Amino acid sequence: MSLEEPRDAKPEIGVTDDGLDYDALAALLGDTLLDREDHVTTEGFVVRPDDVQDALRTLKQEAGFDHCSCVTAQEYQDRYESIYHLKKYDDPTHELSVVVPTSRDDPVSQSANDVYRTADWHEREAYDLVGIEYEDHPDMRRILLPETWQGHPLGRDYDQTQPQVVTLREHANPLQEDHMADDTDTMFINVGPHHPATHGVLHLKTVLDGEQVADVEPDIGYLHRCEEQLCQQCTYRHQIMPYPDRWDYTANLINEWSYARAAETLADIDVPEYAQVLRTMSAELSRMAGHFLALGTFALDVYGEFTAIFQYAFRDREIAQDILEDLTGQRMMHNYFRLGGVVWDLPNPREEFFEKTRDFLDDLPAKLDEYHDMITSNEIFQVRCVNTGVLEPDVAKEYGATGPVARGSGIDYDLRRDDPYGYYPELDWDVVTEDGCDNYARVLVRMQEVEESAKIVEQCLDLLEDWPEDERTLQSNVPRTIKPEPDTEIYSAIENAKGELGIYIRSDGTDKPARFKIRSPSFSNLQALPEMSNGEYVADLIATLGSLDIILGEVDR
Amino acid sequence: MSSNDKTTDTLSTQDARMGQGADDRFNSPLREAFGSTPFILTKFDKFMNWVRGSSMFMLQFGIACCSIEMIHTYAIKHDLDRFGAGVPRSSPRQADVMIVPGTIVSKFAPRMKRVYDQMPEPKFVVGMGSCTISGGPFQEGYNVIKGAEEVIPVDIHVPGCPPRPEALIYGVAKLQERVANGESAPVTVKPYEMEQFGDLEQDEIVQKLADQIDEDDLVMRYNWTDSP
Ligand code: SF4
Repeated sequence: MSLEEPRDAKPEIGVTDDGLDYDALAALLGDTLLDREDHVTTEGFVVRPDDVQDALRTLKQEAGFDHCSCVTAQEYQDRYESIYHLKKYDDPTHELSVVVPTSRDDPVSQSANDVYRTADWHEREAYDLVGIEYEDHPDMRRILLPETWQGHPLGRDYDQTQPQVVTLREHANPLQEDHMADDTDTMFINVGPHHPATHGVLHLKTVLDGEQVADVEPDIGYLHRCEEQLCQQCTYRHQIMPYPDRWDYTANLINEWSYARAAETLADIDVPEYAQVLRTMSAELSRMAGHFLALGTFALDVYGEFTAIFQYAFRDREIAQDILEDLTGQRMMHNYFRLGGVVWDLPNPREEFFEKTRDFLDDLPAKLDEYHDMITSNEIFQVRCVNTGVLEPDVAKEYGATGPVARGSGIDYDLRRDDPYGYYPELDWDVVTEDGCDNYARVLVRMQEVEESAKIVEQCLDLLEDWPEDERTLQSNVPRTIKPEPDTEIYSAIENAKGELGIYIRSDGTDKPARFKIRSPSFSNLQALPEMSNGEYVADLIATLGSLDIILGEVDR
Repeated sequence: MSSNDKTTDTLSTQDARMGQGADDRFNSPLREAFGSTPFILTKFDKFMNWVRGSSMFMLQFGIACCSIEMIHTYAIKHDLDRFGAGVPRSSPRQADVMIVPGTIVSKFAPRMKRVYDQMPEPKFVVGMGSCTISGGPFQEGYNVIKGAEEVIPVDIHVPGCPPRPEALIYGVAKLQERVANGESAPVTVKPYEMEQFGDLEQDEIVQKLADQIDEDDLVMRYNWTDSP
């Protein structure tokens, strides 16, 4: 991006030593700005629906907001609203929400797709679930629900009992589509929705030109489980917490933190330090489990190998799960966090838990060497991964890529460090980045992150061991029912195993959220797949998909 | 000839059955178990059921969170292969057991039905997790099918969210037992069938969709109110 150069030269508008100067930003927008709202961690700038592109472009180019993290759509009694949550890759604590109200009779607003490529899918989702239409959008159709669906389920007057008709058109006659059409030399194939390489139920509409991918379009929504609707039906205090475990279901526990962080900031709840250490430790163990699985399944994709590496990876994941089971009582759906702390302390006898976890950590370096021998230094593996699935950093930013995918493209962005929470700032660890931008770099990042997680867990264990017995507070005092002030809005994010997992909550004064929006990292990362695979071999498409490490539960929510 | 006769006299039936030229290495424990009887008598059906139950080819089929625990069941430590059911096949045409591991939503149900239809008979289904029983934690969702039995018949339900690998193994073992005994699942109510669009009852929604869907397109119609 040529635009980046002047940014280095002159300071971005609105940046001061202690955060953002919203007045300066408001001045930058000038007349386009209709109003300013107070959100909990940031401000909302209200703009007219036909000024969206101008406003966003100014903010991106002159104020440096290069990360469109999420687009939230919602319906009020008298209007629709789209909110663009903007951030900076350099400093994610610099946040700004751009609020676009549209009337109820004619919910049309300008698309932000020209400014941020990532807005494409986000706006399609907004259209699908809430019913706002975006002008100039290249491809305004449903994304999560079937195309023949009637109504917009997160709108106010949706009738959930009305019948629906869903077609099986795409696969109606697979053979006919499999053969080359007479007048072209390309071939259309469906990868998925039931396919061993898609890691769940993803459907890739792929057009091949010989061995090469001419065009690929991910078709998602085969696991759209209405998580947002269900969270809106649940009370803050206890009922929502089980759901996050089911978003990214390979590294479950970290997701709970996203909800915990959002709700705790919203309701102003403190978390005792001891609980923060427990949270940090368990989250990192869970991250390790997720990365082991990513490694194993990636080896499966690349070598098609079910015996050695896959089993090794599962052996290690099994141990991490075991430890987490000792701590939380469940192998996968831990439900361990509570607002204001965690549910219980380490299992008794504590020594046994420490010993078991330490054993796991002690064995790890040797195991990682083994992985490097078998995977990363393997020639076949390198041929498959080096320089395939290239994602340039500026493209990654356009698509809002985060997590190991962004860090494998050299983007130094990790919310654990950049937007600190939990006990991370107190501990000694590094953010891993690799400059390769290819499949290989992403695998390396994950493997090194396992080492970093091990470091964090180790330090947490030391802390927990020495923690005085009478100061082991697990939860702070939290009211039995939580009712945040009406119309408070918050967007906050954490770093889960796949990247930036953000939650937007708007309260309406009751004990349930009025709008609950999930920003999932896999959703944005998957969106970059066509950029990475067009023109490459079809086999590399599979490798690229594997190295993105998407989890459909999180993509579709 | 007389010398030959003599040998027959002294040989045990088992040795005689082995014939000349075969040595002890061919004497398997199974053979010993059958003892002197060179034949087994059984019903062909019974034999087939035993075979079916003892060597199951599973469909490699991942849907949601439960599939992670299903992979653990195949993988090291739990190793479903010990029970003669650990060969995941990627193609439904080679599989005879389908483990349904996860939440089924409206967009996926017709595809799952298609995959099920592609499996050769006889085929069996293990429903894994609460989602395949009732929709589980997502039962109230606008898009969630309230259990796998709405779409395909299920032989064994393994409850849990997710069920532990041990529980899934138990479920598969139970299925093997049933198959070996020649039992099959009761016929279940299946409100959601795949039909041609033209055959649907002409009501409001069908008329609305008439210009989007061809008469002979396959569709699944969800009447949410009739769901259990
Ligand atoms: S039963 Fe639970 S673990 Fe299994 S798919 Fe459903 S929500 Fe996920």
